[in-house]
Amino acid sequence: MDLRYTAAEEQFRTELRAWLAETLPTLPEKPDTGDWAGRRAYDTGFQRLLFDAGYAGVDWPKEGGGRGSSPVEQLVYVEELERAHAPYVGVNFVGLLHAGPTIVAEGTPEQRARYLPPILRGDDVWCQGFSEPDAGSDLAALRTSAVRDGDDYIVNGSKIWTSHAEVADFCELLVRTGPAETKHKGISWLIMDMDAPGIEIRPLRTIAGATEFAELFFHDVRVPVANRVGQENDGWRVTMVTLSFERGTAFVGELLQSMELLHSLREVDDADGSPNADRIGHLGAELDALWALTRRNVSEAARTGVPGIGGSVFKLAFSELRQRIGELGMDLIGRGGLSWDELDGPAWSRSAGGPGNAELVDTWVNSFSRTIAAGTSQIQRNIVAERILGLPKG
Amino acid sequence: MDLEHSLDQDALAGVVRAIVAGRFSMERIRRREGTPLVVDPDDWAALGEAGVFSLTVAEDEGGVGLGMADAAVVFEELGRGLVPGPLVASHLAAGLTDSPLFAGAADGTTVVGAVTRPRMSDTGARVPLIVEHLASLDAMIVVGHDGLLSVLSTDDLEAEPIAHPLDPLTPLSVLTSLPEGDPVGDRDTAIRFTQGTHILTGALCAGMAAATCSMAVDYAKERQQFGRPIGSFQAVKHLCADMLVRAEVARAAVDVAAVTADQPDTGDTVRAAAGAALLAAEAAIANAKTSIQVHGGMGFTWEVPVHLYLMRARVLASSLGPLGALARTVAARY
Ligand SMILES: Cc1cc2nc3c(=O)[nH]c(=O)nc-3n(C[C@H](O)[C@H](O)[C@H](O)COP(=O)(O)OP(=O)(O)OC[C@H]3O[C@@H](n4cnc5c(N)ncnc54)[C@H](O)[C@@H]3O)c2cc1C
Repeated sequence: MDLRYTAAEEQFRTELRAWLAETLPTLPEKPDTGDWAGRRAYDTGFQRLLFDAGYAGVDWPKEGGGRGSSPVEQLVYVEELERAHAPYVGVNFVGLLHAGPTIVAEGTPEQRARYLPPILRGDDVWCQGFSEPDAGSDLAALRTSAVRDGDDYIVNGSKIWTSHAEVADFCELLVRTGPAETKHKGISWLIMDMDAPGIEIRPLRTIAGATEFAELFFHDVRVPVANRVGQENDGWRVTMVTLSFERGTAFVGELLQSMELLHSLREVDDADGSPNADRIGHLGAELDALWALTRRNVSEAARTGVPGIGGSVFKLAFSELRQRIGELGMDLIGRGGLSWDELDGPAWSRSAGGPGNAELVDTWVNSFSRTIAAGTSQIQRNIVAERILGLPKG
Repeated sequence: MDLEHSLDQDALAGVVRAIVAGRFSMERIRRREGTPLVVDPDDWAALGEAGVFSLTVAEDEGGVGLGMADAAVVFEELGRGLVPGPLVASHLAAGLTDSPLFAGAADGTTVVGAVTRPRMSDTGARVPLIVEHLASLDAMIVVGHDGLLSVLSTDDLEAEPIAHPLDPLTPLSVLTSLPEGDPVGDRDTAIRFTQGTHILTGALCAGMAAATCSMAVDYAKERQQFGRPIGSFQAVKHLCADMLVRAEVARAAVDVAAVTADQPDTGDTVRAAAGAALLAAEAAIANAKTSIQVHGGMGFTWEVPVHLYLMRARVLASSLGPLGALARTVAARY
């Protein structure tokens, strides 16, 4: 066991840090949460800067146009971006972490050439059309149908919880190409152009009041057969490839951000005589431990070449921990947490060195999605019990 | 950066597992339940011979010259096997090479314990001074009120045995007085001792948490109710998943704390060690309790050894002082 980085990794870190120090001050002001056009421009603008500097798709293989870095360098990359408070991956999430890597692994040469470069350049934004009203945790129960008509599929049905749908150019879409009773064996993975006729988008309002995700309705939408990734009815296997990327380092940025947030909360608490030191220290020990676990998972991925199942252990622990940090923030600011907007006030204001009340409210409210999105905690427990511990399926 | 065990560390773990299976099988250690001499001198010397105590002592001082990371690997295995005895104190004593009392600690011919000098309670009443394995000890490390260490021989100590110790494999005595002893080392020595205690006690606890998890999982695969294994019921499955998460998180924390102790420029050892000890102790307790639940009525029997893990976890957790103080140490350095 070794916590030191190689000279090459340190070199990578130093160069990236210098580039970030130079680049971040040149970024435009961050847009409001509700300003989707502005958010798209901001997130893709930063992606373009990364691309021009050679940092787009750090962990993508070279043949996909990425940098081909090791999992350890990818970790250093995420760590440095977070420490420098660089913009989050934002609307580029599905393209960079889901659809892109899936097309690299499973796509045809034509698909790779057509779809990968614009993701890396920040030209194209993707969304994920997996979940349906009647197929959430039981994703394989999905019913959106795709029927062959010459060189096209004709798609009918609906999707739900599609994040960033309003600003997306493409959708990674799971459809049923076999009879309903085929379940896992009748699914295909398609690339759908979001400008195709027959797609209706209805934004959904989240508990944070924002429109982070939407419902999609499909009325005879034509998707070329050439846009299928993998074989017909082999989409479930392709999906498992997609989801394995998500368990890699997708949550590391938020882990590091949580550590910084806890540090600020400790300062707020100290200013008040440290009444919550036990609780803060406990959460701190847990965050440190999950950072340790992350580095062990990355070590394993570096050896085996694939993100391991340890990601499920991490996701389960971190999503619940994130909620408890959210609760701590709310408890510390007391009645300062009763407004969505920034308040001027003593203990909870930025002048005390801590985050503002609005940021803490936002952290707390959004933490509730962490145990639901990307596989609920109950489903993660099933996965850990069945795939790691080998307990029988119920 | 690599947090997987090296091949050497895997081999080391294998050596310890073999000793545990041979000399410290559950059947064998349980024969000593409730006796004052749970530590068998031959077995202790065998641990010494395998390097359990001399692992982190420098080679030119007669040790193996490995690091805390290797010691953590070894102690996780000892914890998994519920090996009894003052393992942590004896290991750390072997590193205090300038004390003549500890000459044999490294090879396991001297058994060394540790105790923290208790403070008066608020009402002025004396807090009882409880020592583990006193009848087996040759010498003792005392952590003083100022945090500094002293050592003393256990030959002339006056003590009353506790008739029914919570953990039948950790005999206890109450000391009626505690002499001053001879000072050993400086403030840095004392700080390293505390860190070492946190890391190695944490490693024992992490191993125990993994063991009670495995016991529950094995039982859940075997035991049938309603015509199917209880492990197919989600309520049981989720208990097991949570046990694995606690054990894995604790082990990662302990390993990183140990590597940080070996490579101090990579992090804050005090914070890492205190946090790891805290999470590992809690995991050992919580997993033992959960494992009892998964075993049903069998879990409440003396026969099934899960309760021994619970009681040992309590002994080890108490040796760390109040867990809240560990949390506050982390908070102060966050
Ligand atoms: C913020 C956010 C963003 C999202 N973005 C996207 C996106 O971009 N694209 C996309 O396709 N999806 C997205 N999702 C959807 C997400 O993947 C689903 O919400 C999730 O898989 C759960 O499905 P569900 O909502 O239908 O809940 P259900 O499956 O109906 O679950 C309801 C409850 O029942 C429990 N439950 C269900 N089955 C079991 C079981 N077998 N055992 C035990 N408990 C069970 C669940 O744990 C949960 O508590 C997003 C969700 C959120 C919250």
